Amino acid sequence: MTTTVSNLESEGLPDPTGHPDEMDRGKVEGKSPTRLAIERFRKDRLSMVSFIIVALYILGGILAPFLVKFGLLDPTSYHQDLLNEFTLPEGPLGGISWKHPLGVEPGTGRDVMSRVWLGTTLSLTIALIASLLAMAIGTVLGIIAGFTGGLTDGVIGRLIDLTLSFPSTLMLLALSAPMYALLTKNFHVPEGDLAWATYVVVFLAIFGWPPIARLIRGQVLSIREREFVHAATLFGASRFRMYFKEILPNLWAPLLVSFTLLLPAYISAEAALSYLGVSIKPPTPTLGNVLRDSLNYAEFDFVYFFSPAFAIALIVVCFNLLGDGLRDALDPKSNR
Amino acid sequence: MTFEEYVPGAADDHEPATMADMLTVAGNAAAVAPVGAAPILEVDKLRMYFPVKSPGLLRRTVGHVQAVDGVSFQVVEGGSLGLVGESGCGKSTTGRLITRLYTPTSGAIRFQGEDIAHAKARQLKPLRRDIQMIFQDPYTSLNPRHTVGAIIGAPLAIHKILPKKQILPRVQELLEIVGLNPEHYNRYPHEFSGGQRQRIGIARSLTLQPKLLVADEPVSALDVSIQAQVVNLLQDIQREFGVAFLFIAHDLAVVRHFCPEVAVMYLGKIVEIGDRDSIYNNAHHPYTQALLSAVPDVRQAATGGRRERIRLEGDVPSPIDPPSGCRFRTRCPIAQEICARHEPPLLQIGQRHKVACHFPGRLGEAPREPLTSGLLGVDREGRPDPGASPSTDLVEQPGFADTWFDLDKKTIGRV
Repeated sequence: MTTTVSNLESEGLPDPTGHPDEMDRGKVEGKSPTRLAIERFRKDRLSMVSFIIVALYILGGILAPFLVKFGLLDPTSYHQDLLNEFTLPEGPLGGISWKHPLGVEPGTGRDVMSRVWLGTTLSLTIALIASLLAMAIGTVLGIIAGFTGGLTDGVIGRLIDLTLSFPSTLMLLALSAPMYALLTKNFHVPEGDLAWATYVVVFLAIFGWPPIARLIRGQVLSIREREFVHAATLFGASRFRMYFKEILPNLWAPLLVSFTLLLPAYISAEAALSYLGVSIKPPTPTLGNVLRDSLNYAEFDFVYFFSPAFAIALIVVCFNLLGDGLRDALDPKSNR
Repeated sequence: MTFEEYVPGAADDHEPATMADMLTVAGNAAAVAPVGAAPILEVDKLRMYFPVKSPGLLRRTVGHVQAVDGVSFQVVEGGSLGLVGESGCGKSTTGRLITRLYTPTSGAIRFQGEDIAHAKARQLKPLRRDIQMIFQDPYTSLNPRHTVGAIIGAPLAIHKILPKKQILPRVQELLEIVGLNPEHYNRYPHEFSGGQRQRIGIARSLTLQPKLLVADEPVSALDVSIQAQVVNLLQDIQREFGVAFLFIAHDLAVVRHFCPEVAVMYLGKIVEIGDRDSIYNNAHHPYTQALLSAVPDVRQAATGGRRERIRLEGDVPSPIDPPSGCRFRTRCPIAQEICARHEPPLLQIGQRHKVACHFPGRLGEAPREPLTSGLLGVDREGRPDPGASPSTDLVEQPGFADTWFDLDKKTIGRV
């Protein structure tokens, strides 16, 4: 994000040997619109806080598999010895101890922090891939629809209407078994977690792109009437150049904002799907799986109930705040 | 002289005081037409009808905006033709047709003898090098996400004219030509003022060394003092590189300075076309006269000899449903019955002067009888005249003929 297309284009150019007889000489470096946006963003404290939390989540997500490998996180071992005769964790607040900072799971005695942490990683990964896919489909179709217009625009527009009018949640539930079979048998996706994750990612992406495409189409409709697009036409710019070099750099702002708003929506959606049992199945922890299990103990083990819910709420709120902050930073004309 | 040898003049350092002095303060006299130059661009009966679609799913065509309706003119090599008219008269559309941003409904655009009116995108690509455009709004004509170097160098990269390493020196050279600091190649458009941005746009249009530049209101978005600088820059460029200009503007003073030839458009048609003197001192069309009377004149204001302002009644009619006959008749002070029945042909009334009016004449000297009735084969009210036969040599041509109807002497004029 720190490098725009234009920066890339001016890189590698030789340093000009200046004319020393004029003032105003020396190395003149322009501030790109992106650079200015970052400077504005930095001044916004709330956005910076949410940015740091999001960054920590992502860092934690990347680290989680290694921590499991080195035995620092252990989401699967049973610790029956830490449970009392009602299979509830012994000790205060769900059995919080140095070894188990968020206590242990009632019934099995698995480490809650490990399960929530690893669950966050899995949920975040699924949401990230799904939203990137949805963004890619939506952006390409939106640019093509907006720039080409006419019949192409009409076809894509109807496709958007069609996709949006599908009862996606019902279909997701109804199609889960046959699609799972299709993925494992015909596409040779390994059975189990990976197949379920693939199903959820593909499904979220397929039903997630239409709003992006609509947004981008609208933006492109206004951009294509600007004179620099005509100028590019006059130079004989190819379609590819037009889409990706002239128009796309002007779409980073809405793209980034919608991405930071789509991702938390997908985190919640994935949690809901795990809860409904059409995403990755237990015992593999996802935020939804842990949450579903924890609901059974809402009365007896508050910490266990609270942990996954808080993990979901925090990341969703922070991503949303980040998106709002980015919107303000990228569009200096918008009022707060 | 080539691009390489050219050193920009010091045109920018002057601070002109009044509008009257502005255009000549940098030593740039009014442009003179090149003598005997061959036409580089011939536009012949160009038409552009934009369909008006009904809303809803079916989107039937319910009408047409007749933005440009049968326009013919010529631009000579190294010359410049001014295209003036009020907003919505089709002058910008004409410019975009010639650069082929639009495909015309009918008519011909002959560039160096080749008709490009309906050329396909692939055939157009080599032509794009020769016809370039300067845009009106310097705030939207530069991609805000590209550096100045990327903007000016893009045409070179697209047409693969220069190897990558030579693009930057060329970009800096162009920046110098338009009077900007060549070190500013890695700045972004938002760091420049309107006038500087327009210079960047001009540099970009020069990148491919075009033979024809379509300047679509190149100075109307700028400050008056900046306007003069930019106009002078354009003149320098024309003089040094011999670029032909189609100069679209609504400012008659700028056009008078820049263009040896001027065409006046009204509602998609050319109503009067001629050299500078014919239009500014010898206008025969009531619309041209009205336009000219609206130009503020500092000298006349000072001496108190301000001529009467001709006020046109009403608004410009809709180009979807233009008036019958002469399109100007609804607002014309001298319109008669024939004007509603017949469209006036573009008559040549001077060596380089054509006018489309049934009653052409200097201000206050318009003839009582339509001069065109004999040619059209009708009586003075415009009804068919059984005694007369329509003239056959009324075919409109882009250029000027060797013979014309001399209105003062009532004879046929010859070169």
